[in-house]
Amino acid sequence: MINLKINGKAVQFDGDPSMPLLWFLRDEQGLTGTKFGCGVAQCGACTVHVDSQPRRACVTPIGTLDGAEVTTIEGANGKVTEAVRAAWIALEVPQCGYCQSGQIMSAVSLLSELPKPSDKDIDLAMNGNICRCCTYHRIRAAIHDAARRLEG
Amino acid sequence: MVATLATNRRQFLKGSAAVGLVIGFHIPVRGAAAATDAEFVPNAFLRIAPDNTVTVICKHIEFGQGPYTGIATILADEIDADWNQIRVESAPADAEKYANLLFGKAQGTGGSTAMRNSWDQTRNAGAEARARLIAAAAKEWNVDPDAISIEKGTVKHASGKSATFGELTEIAQGITLPGPFTPKTPSEWRLIGKDVPRVDTVPKTDGTAQFTIDVKLPDMLTCVIARPTRFGAKAKAYDAAPALAVPGVKEVFTATQGVAVLAGGFWAAKKGRDALAVTWDESGTEARSSGDLVNAYRELAKKTGAIARNDGNAEASLAGAAKVIEATYTFPYLAHAPMEPNDCVIHRTDDGGVELLFGSQLQTVDQNVAAGVLGLRPEQVKIKTLLAGGSFGRRATPKGDMAAEAAEVLKAAKHKGPIKLIWTREDDIKGGRYRPVFVHQVKGGLDKDGNIVAWDHVIVGQSFMIGSPFEKVMLKDGVDQTMVEGASTLPYQIPNLRVSAHITEVGVPTLWWRSVGSTHTAYATETFLDQLAEAAGIDPLAIRRKLLGRHPRHLAVLNRAAEAADWDKPLPEGKARGLAVHESFKSFVAHVVDVSVGSDGLPKVERVVCAADCGIAINPDVIKAQLEGGMGYGLSAALYGAIDLENGRIAQSNFDDYRVLRINEMPPIEVHIVESSEKPSGIGEPGVPTIAPAIANAWAKLTGERLYALPFARSVGKA
Repeated sequence: MINLKINGKAVQFDGDPSMPLLWFLRDEQGLTGTKFGCGVAQCGACTVHVDSQPRRACVTPIGTLDGAEVTTIEGANGKVTEAVRAAWIALEVPQCGYCQSGQIMSAVSLLSELPKPSDKDIDLAMNGNICRCCTYHRIRAAIHDAARRLEG
Repeated sequence: MVATLATNRRQFLKGSAAVGLVIGFHIPVRGAAAATDAEFVPNAFLRIAPDNTVTVICKHIEFGQGPYTGIATILADEIDADWNQIRVESAPADAEKYANLLFGKAQGTGGSTAMRNSWDQTRNAGAEARARLIAAAAKEWNVDPDAISIEKGTVKHASGKSATFGELTEIAQGITLPGPFTPKTPSEWRLIGKDVPRVDTVPKTDGTAQFTIDVKLPDMLTCVIARPTRFGAKAKAYDAAPALAVPGVKEVFTATQGVAVLAGGFWAAKKGRDALAVTWDESGTEARSSGDLVNAYRELAKKTGAIARNDGNAEASLAGAAKVIEATYTFPYLAHAPMEPNDCVIHRTDDGGVELLFGSQLQTVDQNVAAGVLGLRPEQVKIKTLLAGGSFGRRATPKGDMAAEAAEVLKAAKHKGPIKLIWTREDDIKGGRYRPVFVHQVKGGLDKDGNIVAWDHVIVGQSFMIGSPFEKVMLKDGVDQTMVEGASTLPYQIPNLRVSAHITEVGVPTLWWRSVGSTHTAYATETFLDQLAEAAGIDPLAIRRKLLGRHPRHLAVLNRAAEAADWDKPLPEGKARGLAVHESFKSFVAHVVDVSVGSDGLPKVERVVCAADCGIAINPDVIKAQLEGGMGYGLSAALYGAIDLENGRIAQSNFDDYRVLRINEMPPIEVHIVESSEKPSGIGEPGVPTIAPAIANAWAKLTGERLYALPFARSVGKA
């Protein structure tokens, strides 16, 4: 039996421990904001926070998460998340929107660690998140914008 | 640029007090909800409810290109609604009401036509609604309709009387007016031309936007299919036992594409699939490799093909030219690789039909195909078109691939409840429907004064139109127009111009890919023109200006981009500038790029300036976003994009070996929209074609190396 917390809620699981967190979230918990894009940690669409660190849910077996605290896009909140969302909306970042949960979760992690990231910091933190609409230009601007919002 | 954009948007948000809109993403399992008696439903494109909400019904799929916002903007402007009262819902599959007016009698989205075909239709629909709302108020107040105005959703009369739309719905519904209805003039527009906030942004920032993969219905199973590695191979034998032993797996059966595994969720279904040992019958399947195709195409390209355009006498003119330049270009297969892999939900409805919920891009085709598989009449197949996580052409399959597969699985399954079909990324990368391999051979002739007197262009590749419902329209005199577009429409004034094409047969399924023929024709034409300019000793901008005399819209975007990019100002050592201009989908785009040599030896794009004319700019910010993203999509393919056929099998499988652009590779881009009073034209695709040739032209200037093959990762240093 695996015990973990998802978005603050205690959850138990006694099924296949090799099931990736992604499918536990989507199929078992109904948390579909976290997306399937590649299944091999190449695209970042499934990015969630595990114990406050960004993780690719598609390659994280649920069996490794006993005692872990997981935050998904649905449960993300707080000052940094609000600033990121506000910037994403103000700059109209999303196009198809499919990768954006993962982009936002990665951006929140970055800004939580580095409140004033440089372009280089953004490249390093965000290059695991693919956007086929190529909204990268606005993602970069929105991260800088969120940093400014957090300052002021 | 972005700062200005953000400021504009904040001002708009402040002015309109809009904080984001709710979209009708509810899933009407039993078909679209019928209008209640008190609603005002002037036509198929909007409904106004007594609670004062205005629901816009969009016949085009939203996968990021913006039609939900664009169509809603046009309607909201015509009726002078408050942007906050607007909701958007996708239209059901209904070719009578919701045909794409440029597709004949078929509903669908493609060829960057969403706004172009909807413009007049939507304005007229709004004008009708407006006239009837005003007539309703005039009746209610017993006043002259001419003295009634509408402002931000409030209907007003000079006497001070006012009403919301919601208060007028019942009366408006009872009024019939003969029409025709006159849409607003441009000076009366309040929303068209402004950066109205997108209707789908907020739900795309909090995980609530619902895509096909997110659909959950009671008793639904997930289906994953074991697919052959050779196109068209059939499952010969398999052992279902190991798959059925996986907890959660419910059924294993043969489906036309392979072996289907049904399970309670994706993970069990995929584990079940991995446990299957399928042997395949590969007889008659394609066994060649990409290299074999290119070699065969290069031979074919030496001969003139079926004629697409023939001005003057290119052959004679080349024979008499002072100088002849020749170039052969090769382009690989490309996968679209949208972020959301192929998927489709299907279930039986109480009336004996079925409903499909998915990112249907050609609803009429999908409806007919599913009906055919299931022995139903098309109207018994309902389609709820959902948001899709990108497409770039992938979801518009001429044979309704996803609808067919879902219907076949539903038909073959013992399970009677809903089924969600999911492709893995590997299924998609290996599953076909690629931009075809193309080879171009181009010969150009200069006279003794350096004028271009002849251009002979041969294009070789597969046609995805043959055997499709679009064959009749798109194949003319043995030429598939989608193969030659952009070359056969060459705008340059060249007296002797011949464009011809050979159609090849290869057992690899192919498809349009964002900007279709222009993905390769713009590259060949724009880099070859630079090569001729160099031979003639003329500046690339000057030669285009000279040859585009009859094409003012090409010239305008070219000049705007060149000015904004300081074309005439020299760059520091180690950088060079290149440009390209092209028309596609009735829109005009120019790119000017500054390029250096990157640390990986590939072209590094330091700066991109883009200018575009897509007619009336309904929402300039959506247009900019499409041009930014289109450039990135084109750059991704130019640098890395290649799918390789190896003995009939696809070598790539996922984003690790099918490399796509990432944030650290996205150059800064500034976009300039050239003002126009022409009707809106395409914008989803036209931002793609010119980036690759602009880079190649800069690279040739920088290094002296001309790149005749894409992607650059394979051609740089190999010339």
